[in-house]
Amino acid sequence: MTESIEDLYKEIILDHYRRPRNRGSLLPPARNACAYNPLCGDEITIWVDIDENDTITDIKLDGKGCAISQASGSMMSTLLQGKSLTEARTVFLRFKSMLGIGKNKTDIEIFDPEAPAGSQLGDAEALKSVRQFPSRVKCATLAWNAFEEALGQDTAVSL
Amino acid sequence: MTDLASRIRQDFPILQRKVHNVPLVYLDNGASSQRPVQVIAAMDEHYRMHHANIHRGAHTLGEESTQAYESAREKVAGFVNAPATHEIIFTKNATEAFNLVASSCGRFFLSEGDRILVSAMEHHANIVPWFMVAEQTGAKVDWIPLTSDGQIDLEAAHALIPGAKIVACTAVSNVLGTINPIAEICAKARESGAVSVVDAAQLAPHLPIDVQALGCDFLGFTGHKMCGPTGIGVLWGRTELLDAIPPFLGGGEMIEIVDFEGFTTAPLPYKFEAGTMPIAEAIGLATAIDYLTDIGFDAIRKHEVDLLGTTFDMLTSAFGDKIRIYGPQDINRRSGILSFNFGDIHPHDLASILDAEGVAIRAGHHCAQPLMRTLGVQATARASFYFYNTKEEVEILAHGLEKAADIFGI
Ligand SMILES: Cc1ncc(COP(=O)(O)O)c(C=O)c1O
Repeated sequence: MTESIEDLYKEIILDHYRRPRNRGSLLPPARNACAYNPLCGDEITIWVDIDENDTITDIKLDGKGCAISQASGSMMSTLLQGKSLTEARTVFLRFKSMLGIGKNKTDIEIFDPEAPAGSQLGDAEALKSVRQFPSRVKCATLAWNAFEEALGQDTAVSL
Repeated sequence: MTDLASRIRQDFPILQRKVHNVPLVYLDNGASSQRPVQVIAAMDEHYRMHHANIHRGAHTLGEESTQAYESAREKVAGFVNAPATHEIIFTKNATEAFNLVASSCGRFFLSEGDRILVSAMEHHANIVPWFMVAEQTGAKVDWIPLTSDGQIDLEAAHALIPGAKIVACTAVSNVLGTINPIAEICAKARESGAVSVVDAAQLAPHLPIDVQALGCDFLGFTGHKMCGPTGIGVLWGRTELLDAIPPFLGGGEMIEIVDFEGFTTAPLPYKFEAGTMPIAEAIGLATAIDYLTDIGFDAIRKHEVDLLGTTFDMLTSAFGDKIRIYGPQDINRRSGILSFNFGDIHPHDLASILDAEGVAIRAGHHCAQPLMRTLGVQATARASFYFYNTKEEVEILAHGLEKAADIFGI
């Protein structure tokens, strides 16, 4: 492992874990979905409001689990708040490529490790080192999977 | 107290290795133990010099392999004090043993409305097969509750057993380490005419087994948790029941005659051993049993109790209320398994931080979700010891916890 354990548990990650942003739920017609990791029991439920212009107007999360899964959800919610679905798609591709799980070559290159810190994925860039801890990648993507499921396979954002 | 460990540690090459540039501290024995060179050598020798399929063909290698495989069965019979060697069925693991019992008992004597009693501290391996058979037969799964300190609620068990058809209970909890009063539960089952099924997966590695003294009907365990290879497990059953229930898997070896109308089954134990069996693995398991009995279960137990006591003292004095240890506080009632939670640090995070210190523990629900629900937790961290662990390793665990406390600021 080239990264140390302190890289995994950066201050900013612990902050999102201890003070998760956008906690709560939304009423219908908000879309919602639940993601569950049967290996460790972590769970995240997500609610998303999307207006007629395909803009994410609100996003809320609830769940239980490890620092990585919960912080990642919190970070994702702040990133996606107010974004269009097309923009959200870029965010998703970048996030996945940052963790080395993009589907094709272009996906893998879409996160630029040389770009100024925070310029691409904001706080969520702190999760970059999760890539060095393969058993934790599933934790980092849990909330993101819930979001994709909430939107359904047929939307622009689905990967 | 590390006498035993220091004497035998060199038998386990893997314990010499480093992870992340620090010495490995292997405390995940509840999930799978490591194996000594003796076991590896026995399997190696089988493949190099003796391997052929068993019970077929009159040639030298076939005879040598058959001989070795059947000696392994005798070894296991002695190990559990089975009244007859043909009561030992080799399976692929404990999970398959319980699936065999559930499926074959289900087809033989379970029907609509029958009650299958399962303890609330079972591993999924002794739960899910019963749910599956309940679905097929219309029988119902019912639960033996636990006391607040993680023991079988014996009073409740006594009240629930009468009328049940099956009583499925683990001898040792893989989460809490609780050693259950299995003989008492089986006696009650027998008195009420219920068939008892004992999960000995966490018993066999640590304590001697005597199926006659336990008074059970079926008992299953798995090789890889007791210094043996993966891919081999054992089901012991009473002759009368094994004769009565139908076979589990069908194929070669388990038949006597196959014609255009159907088949007749082979005698015990072959009736339950369909297809080519894990031959080298059975030989490895027999060698593991020799290895463990040479050390002696008294010595193993003494070492593990010492280690558990040290760990309890060390962790509670270092971390006080921050550490919450589940299960009985009385060390004599538990095996070398310690499930805990540490402050508000999620077990998964704890496992990652400890791994960076070389310490391997397990985090999660340990395939015992009903028990997690009973404990009111989502997951626990679990350190599980074996006779090769040392007090120094417990110190490294404690040090790792300190580091986790630092990182999370608790
Ligand atoms: C109590 C108990 N029962 C059953 C099993 C299942 O063992 P295996 O996976 O080898 O079938 C385990 C191991 O995880 C266990 O701890």
